[in-house]
Amino acid sequence: MAGTVPTTESARATTTRELATAGRAQRGPLLPILHAVMAEHGWVSDEDIAVIADVLNLSRADVHGVVSFYHDFRRTPPPAHRVQVCRGEACQAVGAQALYAAAQARFPAGGDVEVGEVFCLGNCALGPSAVLDGTLVGRLTLERLDTAAAGWTA
Amino acid sequence: MTLIHEPDLGTPAVANDHDVTLTIDGRAVTVPEGTSVLRAARGAGIDIPKLCASDNLAAYGSCRLCLVEVEGAKGTPASCTTPCADGMVVRTDTDTVHALRHGVMELYLSDHPQDCAGCARGNCEIQALAVQTGAAEVRYGRGGASHLDDTADTSNPYFTYDPKACIVCNRCVRACGEVQGTFALTVQGRGFDSRITAGGTDFLSSECVSCGACVQACPTDALTEKSVIQLGMPSRTVVTTCAYCGVGCSFKAEVQGSGDDTRVVRMVPWKDGGANEGHSCVKGRFAYGYASHRDRQLSPMARDSIDDEWQVVTWEEAITRVAEGFLALREKHGVGSIGGISSSRCTNEEVYVVQKMVRAAFGNNNIDTCARVCHSPTGYGLNHAFGTSAGTQDFASVEQADVMLVIGANPTDAHPVFASRMKKRLRAGAKAIVADPRRIDLVRSPHVEAALHLPVRPGTNVAFVNAMCHVIVTEGLWDEPFVRERCEDADAYLAFIAGPEHSPEATQDVTGIPASDLRAAARLFAAGPNSAIYYGLGVTEHSQGSTMVMGMANLAMLTGNLGREGVGVNPLRGQNNVQGSCDMGSFPHELPGYRHVSRPEVREIYESLWGVTLQAEPGLRIPNMFDSAIGGSFRGLYVQGEDIAQSDPNTSHVEAALRAMDLVVVHDLFLNETARFAHVFLPGASFLEKDGTFTNAERRINRVRPVMPSRVGKDEWQVVCEIATAMGYPMSYAEASHIMDEIAATTPTFAGVSFARLDAEGSMQWPVTQAAPHGTPTMHVGSFVRGLGQLTETVYVPTTERANRRFPLVLTTGRILSQYNVGAQTRRTPNSTWHPEDVLEIHPSDAELRGVTSGDVVELSSRVGTTRLTALVSDRMPAGVVYTTFHHPVTGANVVTTENSDWATNCPEYKVTAVQVEVVTQAARANAGAGADVPADAVAGRP
Repeated sequence: MAGTVPTTESARATTTRELATAGRAQRGPLLPILHAVMAEHGWVSDEDIAVIADVLNLSRADVHGVVSFYHDFRRTPPPAHRVQVCRGEACQAVGAQALYAAAQARFPAGGDVEVGEVFCLGNCALGPSAVLDGTLVGRLTLERLDTAAAGWTA
Repeated sequence: MTLIHEPDLGTPAVANDHDVTLTIDGRAVTVPEGTSVLRAARGAGIDIPKLCASDNLAAYGSCRLCLVEVEGAKGTPASCTTPCADGMVVRTDTDTVHALRHGVMELYLSDHPQDCAGCARGNCEIQALAVQTGAAEVRYGRGGASHLDDTADTSNPYFTYDPKACIVCNRCVRACGEVQGTFALTVQGRGFDSRITAGGTDFLSSECVSCGACVQACPTDALTEKSVIQLGMPSRTVVTTCAYCGVGCSFKAEVQGSGDDTRVVRMVPWKDGGANEGHSCVKGRFAYGYASHRDRQLSPMARDSIDDEWQVVTWEEAITRVAEGFLALREKHGVGSIGGISSSRCTNEEVYVVQKMVRAAFGNNNIDTCARVCHSPTGYGLNHAFGTSAGTQDFASVEQADVMLVIGANPTDAHPVFASRMKKRLRAGAKAIVADPRRIDLVRSPHVEAALHLPVRPGTNVAFVNAMCHVIVTEGLWDEPFVRERCEDADAYLAFIAGPEHSPEATQDVTGIPASDLRAAARLFAAGPNSAIYYGLGVTEHSQGSTMVMGMANLAMLTGNLGREGVGVNPLRGQNNVQGSCDMGSFPHELPGYRHVSRPEVREIYESLWGVTLQAEPGLRIPNMFDSAIGGSFRGLYVQGEDIAQSDPNTSHVEAALRAMDLVVVHDLFLNETARFAHVFLPGASFLEKDGTFTNAERRINRVRPVMPSRVGKDEWQVVCEIATAMGYPMSYAEASHIMDEIAATTPTFAGVSFARLDAEGSMQWPVTQAAPHGTPTMHVGSFVRGLGQLTETVYVPTTERANRRFPLVLTTGRILSQYNVGAQTRRTPNSTWHPEDVLEIHPSDAELRGVTSGDVVELSSRVGTTRLTALVSDRMPAGVVYTTFHHPVTGANVVTTENSDWATNCPEYKVTAVQVEVVTQAARANAGAGADVPADAVAGRP
């Protein structure tokens, strides 16, 4: 219901407002703006949602619904490192399920490495596949993952 | 009577002159082209099951239960999204369809609580459909993933959202958007994770306005009124009319028990209600609990002096004291020494008997109404221009409007159900021009944006409307044939308004509206083709309130925007029965039907019926009563349902007047502020206990039906009759309908009105005459009631209340959604959850200059008084203007308002008070300077 109307905005909100304002003229502006906010801040905060809703004259619920529909629009700050294991059928057939479980055990939730799942990276011939910090890796094993992780923590 | 279940045809009605005929299950069915198969079938009594469809929402096609077979078509289309076509052959009852529905229903049931006995409603649509499709057993077992462990959101004071029972059909989300226009709900996540959410937060802290549309839309137990959970389902329905604002929504009061044991379980908006068509707001839908609040005073009380304690007395003693007191005062101080004030909260029948008591038993015309302080200029101005003291359209007219000029009204807060209609029309492409000092929600809120916001300075409305008319005349945009044929004094007016002093360039420094914006607004309004004016108290409560009403009438006449749908001059009435209380002869100069007391032929009607001689001179208006009381000539006052000590301007003056009187009688639900100065208190009946009629802003006479007997043992009209009788003028009616019969017999515009006719028709809009036996939705078609429309030279005269060095800011006032007027009702309900106190909104630069930050307690002073409020720094305000609501007595907004009033009607100038603001106590500043501490739900521009 009607709330307060404060008159100051954080630096982050100002940046988001600039991104949203720059993107508002295009057709279907919400998704490109959310991508821009992800690129700038790495995640979408409540404040970002309120600002984007304001600029596009949508409700906060409208924006929240869209953000929550896409897994890649994060609502929490990103971890230091991300492992996204493919769980598509082809990779499952070559041991992705076990690899995923092992990766989850190796990097427990809440640490600075986040293990997630994706469904098919189009790299089926070279499964199991994963994306490590944005880089596609084929024929992934727990050992290779450890090697990569050693580099992160070093 | 039992519980009424209104039929739901599944998809909205389609307006189309062209019909198509199809065959459904072997029966020929004819419907307007564009109608869905679902609606056609349900209309013909063929019950196709459905979950996601509802006839107040666009078809959605998600639940897959309304599947049918269509000859020659592939597959089994959803009947809700399939339009009927000529010659189409539809089968709804085949084995294929049954098997599909059975399978779909099993899937719903596999993730839905099976314990119907543990469900508050006990008979949701899921349960009914499980029976209908024969899918009570689920093949998939109960062990799989489900949402049955989800926890409920109980944050809203009136309803819960329990995701366990939710089937994510989206009806609530769509109702919030399509019907209410708030868009506070969404589906979060996807696939199995999909859940309904109020934007990712709980309902209470979300954008939700608690209108109840989602609860009504929910086909399961997921969204349920807490009262239903607490009390169980109601057992019978009484259709009645809401007693809050002038929209006059029809409701089904759903109750348990009977007689004195009647308990209201919930209020559900009535689909056949002409004003609301099944929609509601947080007040009418939920805030009825005041009627059973412990503060309600149920016994008559009396005391000799206002310094004494109240003593409970019998009705007999109370009425005797009142009657003897008034008689003694009249004897000693003359016939004009007593009077009465009727209420716009009461029924037409109650108001009628009060004015009759004053005129026939008191023997004078000292009768006035609280409409004096709100819409009296509407009555005066529209009567002057058109010949009727009422708005020209019905609410549905807005659906034909292309341009809406909204001035001095904040419909989303004060008339929320009508605002939803406006927003729907705006989303469909109509344009809005909002003239208001404050950036109200209609200026910009989700999915709605006004074409122009004209931040008119308080007190300069007439200069604004004259500039609009000036542009339209000087740029040749006026409707010459309309003006020449239907209006009088056109040449004088055209010459007047063409004067350069009215140009936007000449007036922009006065009004604060940039000339270019004003020219754009005038051109947009003139272009129409259907342009409608909607206005509220921001027009009337000014020293030039009546002039402004005439100015808007000029604008409508100049552009030919009268006498058809989609146009007109439309007052948004504040209280439920402002229109009716004025119609019923509550003004000191008018008998019922707005007929002046000086007209002998009108007096003669009542003199012969009532057997008395009526005074031909108008009596005292409310402000005159106060002045005369202080002067000593006015000694006794009966006040029904109005808290004059809180709601009338310049509180200290009002209190002095009340103290000066020998007998003040308060007839009300609560011991209000005025009762502090009363000698006799007569307990009133709530709207749930009344039998009568209310007349809303569109002249619609709606029935108010008693849900329960009067909790105080007497109807209010009965008490009034007994006072008159005890004063020696016998007055009695066997029932309320007989009062309406007397009104109809004596008032031409009500000639065809009776309770029986209203019950048969649902509602009727006056005039109801032989020529218009079903009432008159649109007035002034073809010609005006007064013949020719009166164009009036509306000279702008600035108010004497002006900002100066001592009082450099201008205070204006308004309402907020959750509260109502002086809050006597809403403060006694959980609505205060949303608005626990009134705040003073102040522009950032005005705040900075005074060192004010949000949360500070500030002193607000004018030349007549001082009060304290909590400040809210807000860029909704223009610089130089501060704003507050007046819902809480502690606010004392009227301590500071002045005794300025409308030149014609004495309607107080609440909307303009020169003030100063100073900090008294600074809010805790622990977080001072930390901009990031602004709550995320409260970023600028997102109220």
